[in-house]
Amino acid sequence: MVAEIDQSACIEMRQISKSFPGVKALDSVDFKLYPGEVHALLGENGAGKSTLIKILTGALERSTGDIWVDHNKCDFRTTGDAQSAGISTVYQEVNLIPAMSVTKNLTLEKISGRFGYVSWRKARTMAREKLKRLNVDIDIEQPVGSYSVAIQQLVAIARALDDDTKVLVLDEPTASLDAQETANLFAIINDLKSKGIAVVFITHFLDQVYAISDRITVLRNGKKVGTDLATNISRKDLIAMMIGRELGDVEAAFSTKGTGATGETVLQANQLGKKRTLDGFDLELKAGEAVGLAGLLGSGRTEMCKLIFGAIKADTGNLVVFGNSTNRTNPRNSLDLGIAFCPEDRKSEGLVGELSIRENIIISMQSKQGWLKPISRKEQERIADEMIASLGIATPDADKPVGQLSGGNQQKVVLARALASSPKILLLDEPTRGIDVGAHAEILTLIRKLCEQGLALLVASSELDEVVASSDRVVVLRDRAKIGELQAGSITRDNIIQMIAGTDNV
Amino acid sequence: MSSVSQPSTPVWKRISQSRAIWPILALVVILIVDGFISPNFYNIRIVEGRLFGNLIDIVYRAVPTALVALGMAIVIGTKGIDLSVGSIIAISGAIIAWRIQAGDNHVVILAYAVIAGGLCGVWNGTLVAFLGIQPIIATLILMVSGRGVGMLINLIYGGTDPSFESAFLQGLSTGSIGYIPTRILLFIAIFIALWLVVRKTALGLFVESVGGNAAASNLAGINARRIIFVSYVICGVMAGWAGMIMTADTHTSDPVSVALYIELDAILAVVIGGGSLMGGRIYLGMTVIGALVIQALTTSILISGLPPEYNLIIKALVVLFVLLLQSDNARKQIVALFRGKHNE
Repeated sequence: MVAEIDQSACIEMRQISKSFPGVKALDSVDFKLYPGEVHALLGENGAGKSTLIKILTGALERSTGDIWVDHNKCDFRTTGDAQSAGISTVYQEVNLIPAMSVTKNLTLEKISGRFGYVSWRKARTMAREKLKRLNVDIDIEQPVGSYSVAIQQLVAIARALDDDTKVLVLDEPTASLDAQETANLFAIINDLKSKGIAVVFITHFLDQVYAISDRITVLRNGKKVGTDLATNISRKDLIAMMIGRELGDVEAAFSTKGTGATGETVLQANQLGKKRTLDGFDLELKAGEAVGLAGLLGSGRTEMCKLIFGAIKADTGNLVVFGNSTNRTNPRNSLDLGIAFCPEDRKSEGLVGELSIRENIIISMQSKQGWLKPISRKEQERIADEMIASLGIATPDADKPVGQLSGGNQQKVVLARALASSPKILLLDEPTRGIDVGAHAEILTLIRKLCEQGLALLVASSELDEVVASSDRVVVLRDRAKIGELQAGSITRDNIIQMIAGTDNV
Repeated sequence: MSSVSQPSTPVWKRISQSRAIWPILALVVILIVDGFISPNFYNIRIVEGRLFGNLIDIVYRAVPTALVALGMAIVIGTKGIDLSVGSIIAISGAIIAWRIQAGDNHVVILAYAVIAGGLCGVWNGTLVAFLGIQPIIATLILMVSGRGVGMLINLIYGGTDPSFESAFLQGLSTGSIGYIPTRILLFIAIFIALWLVVRKTALGLFVESVGGNAAASNLAGINARRIIFVSYVICGVMAGWAGMIMTADTHTSDPVSVALYIELDAILAVVIGGGSLMGGRIYLGMTVIGALVIQALTTSILISGLPPEYNLIIKALVVLFVLLLQSDNARKQIVALFRGKHNE
């Protein structure tokens, strides 16, 4: 019944699943690594990349599935287990202690000798050896914090590497590096590769994927979309794999769009932007239309929503809302102007988990009214019950702590909060992230209904088909800049992918 | 999260699952124990037109701690902490002594004490909310320096003898209206005012929201910084009131030793009352119960005849016990211990 283990693979993960309360983070994912390959692991936020890596490195326990390391079945319970099996990780946030010297950072866990006596001479030798593997030549007595991020990254890699390291996982190693530093890092990765180390490379820069990877695995919504040699996957195919799921029954039902008849312009952004965040962009929103925001992870989708909402302060351009040019600088003013925003990350930016559903729903409305005009308990209950009924939030009562709801219902509470503030303009950042199919469909229906009621919607989504299905117009982003718009007739998967991929096709 | 499946009557279930039950139970148990220690414990009599007795005494003595704890409850609700309350009391006491020596109207002096507390809160709030300094460090600054400020104020008028006579303040300390000590009435008035501000405006909800998730609150349109700032100002004002009563008790300003460790009692009162240092909830009424628990303990140790050296240790043990009762995890383990180990 069980297929033969791949003899040439150094790591084989088979049928790995991981469930968290209310969401299945990984669903039967297979993943193989061969010695001396660079394997790019791609996917949007919430696709399951970090869950898979955490299971590989022992930071999380899998719900089901098996892992073989060098043909031996392994059961990692701690990160220490994985490390002794030769699997090392460098996380995105560098895990070094900035105030400590390079030596101490490199040898921290290994230097306690007999009776806790530390030989600093030995430690220095060990640190130099570790850095030599990467051809890094720095003063090892200086505190790590005094070096650039690029050097810190190398120190972190040096720390992760041991003589018996078989697998090195690099989670977004280039996120804060410039072109030259990235090139240096790639030279080092190639060197490790030639020593037979398998490198798992997580990134959202497609250029870098093609520059360094031998094979690519793409995850989406906890499932594996595919694995292939990098040379076999064109850039367009890759984008399609990451964000372009085939239109399922659910979305098909909503592809019947509104007439496209739209009202007056309610919001206009003129070269609104912020340095290093999003280049200045022009955008027009009309009453009764849903504008989709498409682009890859890191292209600036969230930033565009937050700039409009005032959660990120713009340093260029201006915004005209209902004909009045504004200098809004904060979310509260935006609410007053009739703009509401549903953030992407429910847990950290959306909900106050301790508070009840009712309190979470009325809080924007309350802050709009000011603290001196409290909404009476009775009124709060009326609004909450109304929202629970109209959005179909599944809960026995409105006073349950919102943290106890499932993902989809939590998302509906975030939406309910925005709607309770009676907005004219609604910004939705990933409204269907991490929720089950049923709730997904309900939220898409709702978006359509809100449009018909005359709201102007801006919907950022990593689900390409969702964008295609629910938008009257699509704004496309790439590398932190708006690169174009697609009008009603020309919104197709292929057109969007073509725009994101750009002219420099691989 | 835990699904309770034991069959029990709904009423009992609701009571036993309410957070409020444990501190109240602790208070009741302490008072019952007191009855055994001292047979006359519950006697209340009228002396010089005023109620006297151990029960009254506990409430009477708990007032300053309770006032400070109420302010602390709001600060803790924002996920903050205020270590400087004892120093604020020292400063407000020094200002009272100074202005009495200067001959101001004694009612105006009350206003000075409260305003001084408020200004101290403005300082703390600025450091925490607008400069982004961690609450424990930010308030440590005033905790350390505040008593020095108090001594400097004493120096302003020569300072060798900061004691004073004031019939008005004496009234606050030992006086009574009807049969009830004045300060208890004052406390009730302040409590109601604070409760109205916190619960009858949206302030309480905003504080809990900011304490629960500041980033989400900001995106929901709440100015989190302003809310945090206001909470420290309220805490300072409450400490100012407490300073007034404590200074009235001693007829002098003693910045070095007045209200020593009151910040710890106040934090304990909040925690016994069910507040979490992780922020997100304010329980005003239960905080008062917490302050009463602490005072009842102190009083019982005194009347039990145990040497006062035991006071702090016994207090610590009881507090530990109450906190264990409040922790779901610990309670389950204790219950399992009594039931034997047959269910895991």
